[in-house]
Amino acid sequence: MSTEKDYLDMDMLRFTTAGSVDDGKSTLIGRLFHDTKSIFEDQLEAIEESSRNRGDENVNLALLTDGLRAEREQGITIDVAYRYFATPKRKFIIADTPGHIQYTRNMVTGASTANLALILVDARNGVVEQTRRHSFIADLLGIKHIAVCINKMDLVEYREDAYEKVLRQYSDFASRLENVSELTFIPISALKGDNVVDRSENMTWYKGPPLLYHLENVYVGSDANHVDSRFPVQWVIRPHSDKHHDFRGFAGRVAGGVFKVGDEILALPSGFNSKISKILLGDKEIDEAFSPQSVTILLEDEIDISRGDMLVKPNNQPKISQDLDARICWFSASKKLVQGGKYLIKHTTKSAQAMISEITYKVDVNSLRKNEDDLEFGMNDIGRIKFRTSEPLFFDAYRRNRNTGSFIIIDPFTHQTLASGMLR
Amino acid sequence: MRNYNLNHLQQLESEAIYVLRETAAQFERPGLLFSGGKDSIIMAYLANKAFAPAKIPFPFVHVDTGHNFQETIQYRDKFVRDYGVNLIVGLVQDSIDKGTATEETGQNASRNALQSVTLLETIDSHNFDACLGGGRRDEEKARAKERFFSHRDAFGQWDPKNQRPELWNLFNGGKGQGENFRVFPLSNWTEMDIWQYAKIENIELPNLYFAHEREVIERDGTLLAVTKFVEPRENERVQKQTVRFRTIGDATCTGAILSNAKNLDDVITEVAASRVTERGSRADDKRSEAAMEDRKKQGYF
Repeated sequence: MSTEKDYLDMDMLRFTTAGSVDDGKSTLIGRLFHDTKSIFEDQLEAIEESSRNRGDENVNLALLTDGLRAEREQGITIDVAYRYFATPKRKFIIADTPGHIQYTRNMVTGASTANLALILVDARNGVVEQTRRHSFIADLLGIKHIAVCINKMDLVEYREDAYEKVLRQYSDFASRLENVSELTFIPISALKGDNVVDRSENMTWYKGPPLLYHLENVYVGSDANHVDSRFPVQWVIRPHSDKHHDFRGFAGRVAGGVFKVGDEILALPSGFNSKISKILLGDKEIDEAFSPQSVTILLEDEIDISRGDMLVKPNNQPKISQDLDARICWFSASKKLVQGGKYLIKHTTKSAQAMISEITYKVDVNSLRKNEDDLEFGMNDIGRIKFRTSEPLFFDAYRRNRNTGSFIIIDPFTHQTLASGMLR
Repeated sequence: MRNYNLNHLQQLESEAIYVLRETAAQFERPGLLFSGGKDSIIMAYLANKAFAPAKIPFPFVHVDTGHNFQETIQYRDKFVRDYGVNLIVGLVQDSIDKGTATEETGQNASRNALQSVTLLETIDSHNFDACLGGGRRDEEKARAKERFFSHRDAFGQWDPKNQRPELWNLFNGGKGQGENFRVFPLSNWTEMDIWQYAKIENIELPNLYFAHEREVIERDGTLLAVTKFVEPRENERVQKQTVRFRTIGDATCTGAILSNAKNLDDVITEVAASRVTERGSRADDKRSEAAMEDRKKQGYF
C-alpha cells in the first residue's frame, strides 16, 4: 500500500467462497492472504504452533480460517466467517462458508451480501454435486459474477485438456442459471500458487488473468439498482431543540435509484406528494443521494411519515401487495414450515405478520428439479411459497432489487430467524 | 450518466450509520460502550452523524477498570462534553467491593477479565437491551464469526452455535425476557480502515496513539508503560523510548510499540508496513489460543 492517499480511490468487493472438504478452499484463502501480505507474523506463529501441537506435518493454513475451538476440535467449519484483505485497488470482504451438505443455510447467508461467488472445482474430479449446489445458491441469491477456479492443476500436469473438460462440463450446467451475467474460468493451483496472485509459468496456454487480478478488476458498479428510487424510512429525526425547532428529517439508507434536492416524491402508504427540500449526510448538505448511502431527507411539506414507510418517485412506484409469492430457504432445525402457519416478516424497515397460504414446491438443490409431492419443509430446504401479510409491502422483484425484494421470516414465539426469502 | 460509486470508506460509513439507526429503532434502551479507544471513538463519531442535528439518542457506557491511562479518561470526558451525551460509568472496583468480582493475584494480574462482570451488572442495573460495541471482525479469530446483532442469553453469554443467520441488511433484534444484544456497527472495518477514516474525517484521537517519549519496561515480549499500575520488578530495566499504542485498553496489559509516527499519515504508512497485528501487543490475548472465545462466551465485549 502506498503512502499517498490513493486509498480514497479504492472500492470494495464482497465475495463468497464455498468448497467441499478437500478441494483446497482454505489453502486458496491462505494463499491469497499470504501472497498479498495479509497474514501477519503473530498469526502465522500462532497457527504454526497449533499445527505442531496437533501433530500436523505442514503448517495447516486452514487453522487461519477455522476460528472457533469447537471447530478446531471437530476439524470442520460450522458457520460463516468473514475475512478481510486489501490491495491498493480494492478492499475485499470474503464470506467464507463451509461446504458440508447440511449447511446450505450458511451458503445462502454468505451469498446474500456478495457481488461475486468464487467456486472451486477439483481438476481431477470435475463438476460434482456440491459445485452445482453452490452455483445454484449463488444464482438464487442474485449473484451476477461467478469465478470458477479449476484447482489442483498441478495434479493433472497442468494440461489444457483437463481444464477444457471441466470448463465444458460447467458451461453445460450453467446455461440453466438465471441471473449470472459473467462467468470466468481460471486454472489454478492454490497449493503451488499458480494463477492465484501471479501468472503461472506452467500454463502458458491460459491467456486470461490470474485470480487476484480478476477480483481486483471485475466490474460490479452496475450491480446496484440506480433506476428505481426507493427510500425505506428507518427513523425520524426530531431534535426538540431551540435551534432546530421545526426540524423533521427522515433517516434511511437509499435502497435503490437516486434522490435529488427538488425531486417530487410520493410517500407510501399515505399517498401524499411532496418535494425534497434538503438531503443531509451527517450534518453536511448534499445535492443527491444514491444506493447504498445512509442519509437524511427533508421535505417541503409536513406530512406524517414513520418507520416502515417508503419514499419513492410518483412515476416509478414499487409493487404494493398483501399477497406475495417468494422463493425461500428454510433455516430452522427445530421448526418446520407449516401451511396456514403465522409468522413475522421483516422486509426493508417494515415488520408485518404473515400467514402461509401455499407451499408451492421444493427444489432439489442438486438436480434443480421441482418437487411438488414432498412439501415437508425443514432445515436447508429451498422452494417456493405464497403468503399473505397483515399490511401491504412495498417491494420489487428480488431480481430487480435485492434491497426491496428480500425478507426474513421470524418465529413470533422464540424470535429466531426461521427463513430468508426472495420476492417475485 | 454519472458514476454512482462509493469508495470503501464511504460504503463502510453508510453501513455503520444504518446499523446505528437500526439499533435506535429496534431497541428501547440501547447504550453505547465507550472506552476512549479508537474504535469506540469512530463509532461515537458515526453515531453523531447518524442522528444529526439531534443528539445521539442513547447514553455512553464506560466500564472502568480503574487502570486506565489518564489520557483516556481526559479524552472521554471532553468527548462526552462536546457531544452533549449522558455518560454512565461502571466501576470494576465496585464489583470487587461488592464481592461479585475477585481481583486476580500473581505476577500478571489484570482486571481485564473482570470487566465482563461489571459490564453485565451495568447492563442489568440500567436495563439496557442493547449495547453498541466497537468490535471489528478482523481483530481476532472468534470475532470473524460475530454478527452485527449478536444475541446474548439472560446470563449475557454468547453461544457461537446458536447465532441467528444474518442476511442482506435485515437485522433481527427480537428477544425474550432478560435477553439482550451486543451490536457491532464496525464489524466490517479493519484496523487500516479506522486510521484512514480518522484521517479523511479529521477525527481527533488521543495522543497515546502517536509517537511520544515514555518510560517503558519489557515484560514477556511486550513493552508496558510504567504507570502506577505497572511498576518495574527487580530485574526489569526502565527505559525511555519513543513509542505509541496501536490499541488502548487497560494499562496493565496494553503494549506499546516503538514508533516515530507523529500523525495519522505516518500511522497509516506504518500500519501498512507492519508485519504483526494490533493485538500482537495485547497480553490478554496471549493467555491461551482460545482466550477471546472464552471471554466472549462469558459476556466480554
